[in-house]
Amino acid sequence: MRFHSFLIKYGEIGIKGKNRYLFEDALVRQMRFALKGVDGDFYVHKAQGRVYVECEGEYDYEETVESLKRVFGIVGICPVVRVEDRGFEQLSRDVTAYMDEMYPDKNQTFKVEARRSRKQYPMTSMELNCELGGVILDAFPEMKVDVHNPDIRLNVEVREEIYLYSEIIPGPGGMPVGTNGNAMLLLSGGIDSPVAGYMISKRGVGLHATYFHAPPYTSERAKEKVIDLARLVSRYAGPVQLHVVNFTDIQLYIYEKCPHEELTIIMRRYMMKIAEHFAKENGCLGLITGESIGQVASQTMQSLAATNAVCTLPVYRPLIGFDKREIVEIAEKIDTYETSIQPFEDCCTIFVAKHPVTKPNLERIEKSELNLTEKIDELVKTAIETTEILTVK
Amino acid sequence: MEVYLDNSATTRCYPEVGDLVYKVMCQDYGNPSSMHRKGVEAERYVKESKERLARILKVNTKEIFFTSGGTESDNLALIGAARANKRAGNHLITTAIEHPAILNTMRYLEEEEGFRVTYLPVDANGRAKLEALKEALCEDTILVSIMYVNNEMGSVQPVDEAAQIVKKYNPNILVHSDAVQGFGKYHIYPKRQGIDMLTASGHKIHGPKGTGFIYINEKVKIKPIVFGGEQQKNIRSGTENVPGIAGLGLAAQMIYKDLDMKVALMRELKAYFLEGISGIENIAVHGLTDENSAPHIISVGIAGIRSEVLLHALEDKGIYVSSGSACASNHPAVSGVLKGIGAPKEYLDATLRFSMSEFTTKEEIDYTLETLYNCVPMLRKYTRH
Repeated sequence: MRFHSFLIKYGEIGIKGKNRYLFEDALVRQMRFALKGVDGDFYVHKAQGRVYVECEGEYDYEETVESLKRVFGIVGICPVVRVEDRGFEQLSRDVTAYMDEMYPDKNQTFKVEARRSRKQYPMTSMELNCELGGVILDAFPEMKVDVHNPDIRLNVEVREEIYLYSEIIPGPGGMPVGTNGNAMLLLSGGIDSPVAGYMISKRGVGLHATYFHAPPYTSERAKEKVIDLARLVSRYAGPVQLHVVNFTDIQLYIYEKCPHEELTIIMRRYMMKIAEHFAKENGCLGLITGESIGQVASQTMQSLAATNAVCTLPVYRPLIGFDKREIVEIAEKIDTYETSIQPFEDCCTIFVAKHPVTKPNLERIEKSELNLTEKIDELVKTAIETTEILTVK
Repeated sequence: MEVYLDNSATTRCYPEVGDLVYKVMCQDYGNPSSMHRKGVEAERYVKESKERLARILKVNTKEIFFTSGGTESDNLALIGAARANKRAGNHLITTAIEHPAILNTMRYLEEEEGFRVTYLPVDANGRAKLEALKEALCEDTILVSIMYVNNEMGSVQPVDEAAQIVKKYNPNILVHSDAVQGFGKYHIYPKRQGIDMLTASGHKIHGPKGTGFIYINEKVKIKPIVFGGEQQKNIRSGTENVPGIAGLGLAAQMIYKDLDMKVALMRELKAYFLEGISGIENIAVHGLTDENSAPHIISVGIAGIRSEVLLHALEDKGIYVSSGSACASNHPAVSGVLKGIGAPKEYLDATLRFSMSEFTTKEEIDYTLETLYNCVPMLRKYTRH
């Protein structure tokens, strides 16, 4: 069947009172962005409290739906058949043809739900419901009406033209990106951090990202992989500003001066500090990490507290209560899993001690860090100054 | 300074080859199978390339078949010959240190087509043990495949002796050699050496990627593994890659020009490099360094630094090398070849391969040595516990 439009259903944003237009405008903007690369001419617009995508001429249906399914804020996507209003007779024929093509199996229950935004239409909504129901019953005797729990809800909307739709393709839910400020994602190249970015972005938050690389201990390919991941996340979150920080000298300096079993914790504290610097510089309102309690030594409650202590911005950890299996499920859904599992060493693993501390004591960590006083500020400053910033989309 | 010492992975195209490929692509783009003049023109390039290769190997032009590269040539040799000769027996012999194109094809024949395969062990210098070959030969043996030069450490295999042993045992047993690393470095004359099939690749000899050929002695019974329009006497269907074939032929001709002089120069540089690097503590040069090792490959273990780290540190200075073999190093498994020669544990994941070409200069080697002398002590300071 050839669909001429999509009616977009949005749940939560419908109830935002006087801010509603802000949410709708953001949704329209994000939809336009998502449809940019799709073959076809699309016109996205608001009308009477609804958002429509009108498709002019030829377009790629599958690709359009896939792209819309990645726009946060959309709850449902309804493919619409538009017919010209040429009297009830013609409408009856159009409705019959629609039902026949959409539902080859006629042994189903249905209900007609008519609405008129063009109130001059000669029939009322109730009349339309009854009459069109009769037309369908006459055409397909196997079909039955069920007004409470029908298999098929045929929507008939009378506007300039008449819109027919009955299917709802589920969208991702959430809120349109751009309605809740920005946050800085610590992106590592593993499975978790892209998922964490996706989860926060789903609530309408735009993303910046920071990646720490450590040449020659990590390769150019590891960096490519992180850029690929940022790109995959940006399909949901919109363009991502990726900060690539050269972390080698800081890492080696910590390695030289601090107890090796504390290396990971101290390293992560400096990563948070640097990420926070870029977060503040870019007006981000929080940090995002992919941590989950107890997953590795640096993610025990004690370790999380120790790394958290260096930040003043809130740190959002959307995966905190998730098991690996659950994280992997989402990673597969958003298509980052395959990329994440490519085997390149990241900078967290290269100098890992055999037995890192799992219950770090903040005072002791801070005492160890005193050994760094001589050069660390200079090294952090250099790392920040030499950071490479890429816009990934 | 940019120093490319990864010529065993691939080489830079000769500019003349690039020009020729471009010309064939854009001007003489006909299909050799076409009846018209454009087709005849294209066919001429294929014929000329075949003649060039046949002259180098001293074989007949009709014994040269073009493929997409070393891997396809190896597949054709092993699968095609095994299938065609399975009535004579089901036993195949190869070495434990072959390229994956051989090893994985053998594994396929073993697991899917019911052949029995013997993998010959190698000695401490990475050369196949001929005693083991003698023991392995039996009346079911139909094919022996031994590489010319090992790609990871450069050890030259005793192909001539092996062929003699095989042919003395039973002249009907086929001898194949994967000469991807040997072609363009050695004078290879299959007919004199008792080699029935020989694999070579274009991009290792400053030719285009995606090109290669196989020499198949006219007496060899072989079945195709690709089916289609019956080009190349139905041994390898598919429209000939005319630009690639033309480039391959020209590259072969160019690399064999003054070969002895070029090889002597590479040997000199290799000796110079080895002497220079011997000043670094705790290193091991794998395999032999005399005539029984390839002139262009140097495999060095540097204890205490993972090869990947040193590789990236060198990359940072503009020096490009491989860890183990580039073909196998996408998965960071430990090199089977180094295990095969019984290399000490500390070198297994700490070995780099430096591979030169005729374009390598003494200045480049000096720069590489100097960089190593700077990098190695610094990197050794930070090791994983």
